[in-house]
Amino acid sequence: MMPNMNMVESVNNALDTMLSKDNDVIMFGEDIGYFGGVFRTCDGLQEKHGKHRVFDSPLSEGGIAATAFGMGINGLRPVVEIQFADYIFPAYDQIVNEMAKVRHRSGGEFWCPVTIRTPAGGGIRGGHHHSQSPEAQFTHTPGLKVVYCSTPYNAKGLLISAIEDNDPVIFFEPKRCYRGPFYGDPHNVPTWSGHPEAEVPESHYSIPLGEARLAMEGDRCTVISWGAMVHVCEQAIRDSGISCDLIDLQTLVPWDREAVVTSIEKTGRCVIVHEAPKTSGFGAEMAASIQERCFWSLESPIERVTGWDTPFPHTTEWDYMPGPDRVAAAIAKTQED
Amino acid sequence: MSEGHGADPLHVPDAPHRPGDEAGFVEWPWSPEDLERPDIDCDAPETASLAEGLVRVLGDDNKSSGNWDPKLPIEEMKSGLEHMMRLRIFDDRMMKMQRTGKLSFYMRSYGEEAVAIAQTMALKEQDWLFPTYRQPGAQFVRGREMVSMICHCIGNEMDNVKGRQMPVHYTYRDGRFISVSSPVGTQFSQAVGVALASDYKGLDEVTITWIGDGASAEGDYHYALNFASIFQAPVILNVVNNQWAISTHKNFASKNGNFAVRGLPYGIPSIRVDGNDFLALYSVTAWARERASAGLGPTHIEVLTYRAGAHSSSDDPSRYRPSDIHSFWPGGDPIYRLRDHLKEIGEWSDEEHQKLSERIDSEVMAAYKEAVKFGDLADGPYPSSDAIFTEVYENPPWHLEEQWDEMKRWRDS
Repeated sequence: MMPNMNMVESVNNALDTMLSKDNDVIMFGEDIGYFGGVFRTCDGLQEKHGKHRVFDSPLSEGGIAATAFGMGINGLRPVVEIQFADYIFPAYDQIVNEMAKVRHRSGGEFWCPVTIRTPAGGGIRGGHHHSQSPEAQFTHTPGLKVVYCSTPYNAKGLLISAIEDNDPVIFFEPKRCYRGPFYGDPHNVPTWSGHPEAEVPESHYSIPLGEARLAMEGDRCTVISWGAMVHVCEQAIRDSGISCDLIDLQTLVPWDREAVVTSIEKTGRCVIVHEAPKTSGFGAEMAASIQERCFWSLESPIERVTGWDTPFPHTTEWDYMPGPDRVAAAIAKTQED
Repeated sequence: MSEGHGADPLHVPDAPHRPGDEAGFVEWPWSPEDLERPDIDCDAPETASLAEGLVRVLGDDNKSSGNWDPKLPIEEMKSGLEHMMRLRIFDDRMMKMQRTGKLSFYMRSYGEEAVAIAQTMALKEQDWLFPTYRQPGAQFVRGREMVSMICHCIGNEMDNVKGRQMPVHYTYRDGRFISVSSPVGTQFSQAVGVALASDYKGLDEVTITWIGDGASAEGDYHYALNFASIFQAPVILNVVNNQWAISTHKNFASKNGNFAVRGLPYGIPSIRVDGNDFLALYSVTAWARERASAGLGPTHIEVLTYRAGAHSSSDDPSRYRPSDIHSFWPGGDPIYRLRDHLKEIGEWSDEEHQKLSERIDSEVMAAYKEAVKFGDLADGPYPSSDAIFTEVYENPPWHLEEQWDEMKRWRDS
């Protein structure tokens, strides 16, 4: 029997696994050293692996990214944390202009095997500076890989792949799901205990970047999502009573086009769900690609259910975040003739 | 291939005390008589001793002395004491409310009450305040009603931020208190722009801003010093060194532990001041204001203090520092120090202090009861979720109008 872990524990376990396996793995970020991180994902790692391998950094996201860049091009494999995805923007120049391009700009002489972990998404009453999902701001950057985990099991497997990857990876962790899956009802918040996706092996394993996960199987609609919204979609599919494939994309760049195309050729219908705002969201890229590949299989227009094109609110966040009702309605709409 | 250097890899600092350690600090060598108060047209090198030392006015004997004694009228000191006591009592009440779910989150100013209050009192009413989340006390000085502040924190119908921001992210334009942003440090360089706009308009307005010791590692801090220096902005740039950025000790923000001296190579007169000494803070800030107002440019101030409480309601400092450590801080407690000074000069008594404390307590309680009439985070009512869509732009474009209609359909169904 495998141990049951929540997502904090499985991320911690992945980091521990990689620190143990590879001496070139080095971790730093704000409050991650002695304290173990504000979400506790790095708890105990400094004590176990030493202050020179897991340490606090100055409060400087740009400095964190730049230092990771330097370590990365000089042979280390840094795993850094940006405390909230909302705070990543001082590092944006270093990520977009430097990390993402150094392999290309140096003619392949230098590369940057950095993993940037960052908690993202809403549902914790964090207001607009502790709730954003900025994945599309990175999917638009050639040279970066973008990963968004959703369960304890895929968090560990994907994080290990991200760390082992020789390209820079932005690794989003849906903070709403750290301690339990989130089905869209703030008054009913289960933990990961007993959830099949919380059975996490203690040993090393990896989930290849670029492969989606088929979270539910059906034949009348393809629902595509990532992060916390995967669980909202699961609830919506159950509520709708309509048989759906639920594709948890897991990696956004490069995304698993084959899995998506195969599913839509079967179902003929598609709903894309993300928490981030609609305009220029990654759903737009997917919808465009899907119509290029699946136009003749589509029986109805592709639906998008997303956050609004507004900042993320504090007190009224449940009117902002896509819930199962909106997703179920979109699924139903794809069934209309 | 390179040879190994043989030493332990990486120099990584640590905090001086961790849980289980005996807490304590080296005694301060500074006293109120130490330092000159230079002319306001001094240049940066002339302030080197001020940056390397510590401006104090209140001595260990509770008397005020030295060149920096602002010789404030008694009523001004009593007013400062009352503001500080109000802030502490207000904070304690809000923290209790947070524990019952009336608000999602809270941040106290515990131990740092003097900072924003003394500094704002030393300014003129037309001056702009560009705070962090640790300077809400400035609003008391500028006359904001507690009910209004509580309504923001509990996110109810009367929240002037309309349910958009987390608690303590106040905005109060009437008091020239500019909207607080969560990303740390951003306001510091923005404040230089605010100050330059006043300069451009030819107005006698000074801008004051604050940043934490931790956030001084952000680029924004350095942008601010450079722009302020080059354009001689009428701005007062404060680094509030409260020793901690959540769990990160100031040893991760400064190798030598002195933040004040960083202003000197930028050509900015720089001072370090005892942040728990109300009179010293007042005096240094008034001096900086005089300089700015006279067209002599920015002043850089390190406010030396100690974060006596948790970073926020989400934080538990006993995990990373001895839980009683703040009680050993050589700067003591800002409220007690001003109280003891007033007592020392025969202008205050324990009875008066107790009475004032009780009066404030009942005022805070009354404000709380008034505020919750308009709802709270636990039970609502909340600001209308229409506020998600308003003020994103000056006028909502078509796509927001469409999404707003869609949101209303879901909300009202």
